[in-house]
Amino acid sequence: MSKIHVTTTINGDAVEFLADPRETLLDCLRDHVGLTGTKEGCGTGDCGACSVELDGTLVCSCLVLGVEASGKSVQTIEGMATDSELHPLQRKFVEHAALQCGFCTPGILVAAKSLLDRNTSPTEEEVRYWLAGNLCRCTGYDKIIRAVMDAAAELRGEAA
Amino acid sequence: MPKDHGIGASNKRREDIRFLTGTGNYTDDINIHGQAYVYFLRSDVAHGKINSIDTAAAAAMPGVVRIFTGADFEGIGGLPCGWQVTDKHGEPMKEPPHPVLAQGKVRHVGDPIAAVVADSLDQARDAAEAIELDIEELPAVVDMKAAVQEGSALVHDDIGTNLCYDWGFVEENKGAVEEAFSKAAHVTTLELRNNRLVANPMEPRVAVGDFNRASGDSTLYTTSQNPHVIRLLMGAFVLGIPEHKLRVVAPDVGGGFGTKIFHYAEEAFCTFAAKQLNRAVKWTSSRSEAFMSDAHGRDHVTKIQLALDADNNFTALRTETYANMGAYLSTFAPSVPTWLHGTLMAGNYKTPLIYVNVKAVFTNTVPVDAYRGAGRPEATFQLERVIDKAARELGVDPVELRRQNFITEFPYATPVAVEYDTGDYHATMDKLVEIADFAGFEARRKDSEAKGKLRGLGVNCYIEACGIAPSNLVGQLGARAGLYESATVRVNATGGVVVMTGSHSHGQGHETSFPQVISEMIGIPEDQVEIVHGDTARSPMGMGTYGSRSLAVGGSAMVRAAEKIINKAKKIAAHLMEASEGDIELKDGAFSVAGTDKSVAWGEVCLAAYVPHNYPLEDIEPGLEETAFYDPSNFTYPSGAYCCEVEVDPETGKVTIESFAATDDFGNIVNPMIVDGQVHGGIGQGIGQALLENCAYDENGQLLSASYMDYAMPRASDVPFYKVDHSCQTPCTHNPLGVKGCGEAGAIGSPPAVVNAVIDALHSGGHKVEHIDMPVSPSRVWAAMNG
Repeated sequence: MSKIHVTTTINGDAVEFLADPRETLLDCLRDHVGLTGTKEGCGTGDCGACSVELDGTLVCSCLVLGVEASGKSVQTIEGMATDSELHPLQRKFVEHAALQCGFCTPGILVAAKSLLDRNTSPTEEEVRYWLAGNLCRCTGYDKIIRAVMDAAAELRGEAA
Repeated sequence: MPKDHGIGASNKRREDIRFLTGTGNYTDDINIHGQAYVYFLRSDVAHGKINSIDTAAAAAMPGVVRIFTGADFEGIGGLPCGWQVTDKHGEPMKEPPHPVLAQGKVRHVGDPIAAVVADSLDQARDAAEAIELDIEELPAVVDMKAAVQEGSALVHDDIGTNLCYDWGFVEENKGAVEEAFSKAAHVTTLELRNNRLVANPMEPRVAVGDFNRASGDSTLYTTSQNPHVIRLLMGAFVLGIPEHKLRVVAPDVGGGFGTKIFHYAEEAFCTFAAKQLNRAVKWTSSRSEAFMSDAHGRDHVTKIQLALDADNNFTALRTETYANMGAYLSTFAPSVPTWLHGTLMAGNYKTPLIYVNVKAVFTNTVPVDAYRGAGRPEATFQLERVIDKAARELGVDPVELRRQNFITEFPYATPVAVEYDTGDYHATMDKLVEIADFAGFEARRKDSEAKGKLRGLGVNCYIEACGIAPSNLVGQLGARAGLYESATVRVNATGGVVVMTGSHSHGQGHETSFPQVISEMIGIPEDQVEIVHGDTARSPMGMGTYGSRSLAVGGSAMVRAAEKIINKAKKIAAHLMEASEGDIELKDGAFSVAGTDKSVAWGEVCLAAYVPHNYPLEDIEPGLEETAFYDPSNFTYPSGAYCCEVEVDPETGKVTIESFAATDDFGNIVNPMIVDGQVHGGIGQGIGQALLENCAYDENGQLLSASYMDYAMPRASDVPFYKVDHSCQTPCTHNPLGVKGCGEAGAIGSPPAVVNAVIDALHSGGHKVEHIDMPVSPSRVWAAMNG
């Protein structure tokens, strides 16, 4: 099948790649753009490991075609930290040890950032239900929830 | 004041930075120039005779490099089993062959039949659809008890039975156990199932085989917990590649939980095919493939009986268990229901007589092997459930019944062949009563009742044997491997330290905790210590990570190697300071001469070792690098007490976990923050087993739960915050760190607490329900209440 030229923006950078029209955005990110931080945990949209933002909407990149990114803006885990500084969520994940094997972590961070962009003061229950689409097999979720709530507090300017 | 470095400090995990920024290097992130992709055509029937496989049309499809079938593997070894169990008659277990690709028959849904190698994965997948299979479906063997009846279809025709072994433990005690039961004042009986689970690390398995024609070397990149074990099994038993021509690399691995211990067909295939094709071959499991090819866990059907005297002392215990092996023997499968299960049946209690019978059965299902806890959760669940039932029947407090029967003197030799070195079961129970606020329970129950809910509190204890394992002992028990661990400590000329360990970290945080030990011993900062693991070309022969063994065994090897380093460094320091070696002290990264102000820094000694101008060359070699192999003299025995509080909605049967508390005795602790996380994760999986997860087959052997839409994994909204405490510490007496291991405890200790809590809640509502099999789903609870 002939490939389609996709012009898109990824983490603020203009990016072009050639995609087979059947390829997922996840595979395009990993195989064509070299951004392997986004992970495939299930390929069916049930685990959230491949979470990215597409024009500000949280999506499972395994359920989006690569060609759909054309003309849109994609945010992946690789764009979360700046050159010199971790995002507060990333920093809180270190402080709370909210990850173990790290495989689900990029998706959880992208999803958590999407939550905090919408809701600066989520309750524990809101965090748990927002992240219910992201499976983690290592942590039992305890420290993840604490880290997200702590990051939210910091972003609100409250002392930890 | 908590420590800020060394042993006991909650150091932040250094590996987290790469994971948090998307720069980890997992196996699927590895791509080799020119690599081909393999797609496995797998059986969609549970049991069938392969009449023919026609690959002609498929082989002509675009991009196809080659198609392999079982015929290509004739004369090549099958996947080996690493443990031979001897049955109660002294006969070896039945050990049928386990081909890399099916030969003659398919034996479970997911059994690989053909492997299509193509330039792209899509091409391989498309071509697989063009393979013409003629498979004659045979009756499937699914139910274990039916499988061992006369006339059952046979999974393996050649062995003439579906019974792998019939194991009795301790067989010599059987008569005495029977006699104790005949004299018992009370006998409690419980029949239950320990549900089949799928480990489900979030990273599916991946294998990339590579071959270097110039050197003749093969390399396998794989998602493994133990790359050296894979090198040994695959090299020596499957492909006939000597270890010096085979490198196995397990880079960042996204969780294991046991299921990445085993040597799998896909690893052997990719290594084999890369050499055949002179081209790298990559396989990445899809999630549904993982459900039908990763070794499953648990799946025991058990009848347990507890005998008590008139004073409620436990006098005897006997169990009959059917343990599912699946269609083939996975690497360590036979050991799980026997030596990792029968030996734990004493639990925390001084029951003097125990007899365990286990019938291991072949069925047309995915092979079953170790999953977090491996045999010990099965032992703990049945024991702690039957004790709760006994307490109810006798009208006594379940906590008091446990306390009355606790082992209190150590070392304690159980009637099931292990000797607990230390423990304090009252201490962990006391702590649990405090942190779980038992005193406030009745008030909380009234609050729940006011909302129309039933509230229950469930308690259990656990003991586990980990720090696996003394090689000579497990050799007698049938292990075909040693279970030591190794470490090389390399000190560089400028004083930095590299530890090359045979342990493997796939979430456990070794890169953080192991340097804390070296820092404590030498007195240099942790950032001067680097941990290398996961590559057979870089670390000495190691046995890998499972059975909560990394710190207890791998850490001990590191300590032994570091002790050799320090001893040699003291000789050098003595020479430099013209003092007697016996007077040299090492503290805070400096050597001093006792009773003087003479001192020389760690770095100066290291430099002298590599620039030996002023050096005792006649007595010691230059350089500062030492290797140690550590073989433990006993298992370690972590123990603890767990409490779960649930609310049950009587309208729907839905169970909500209101709180969960765990007190564990892990002996000494190197990094409390990491230990907390290990316990949390284990509890999460235990709650999953108790309430949600079930790997289900229908009567035809069709796997019904092969996606996350069908297999219910615990999600953030299903679990509470956990209260965990590990302040009760009775250090292990036989390893240099005094550590016991914490990786599996949560998964072992939590399922019975949840089920005990649900049963307690139902009784509080007047429902005389004695047991509900896991997962305790709303439909099962509702049916039990209304049945």
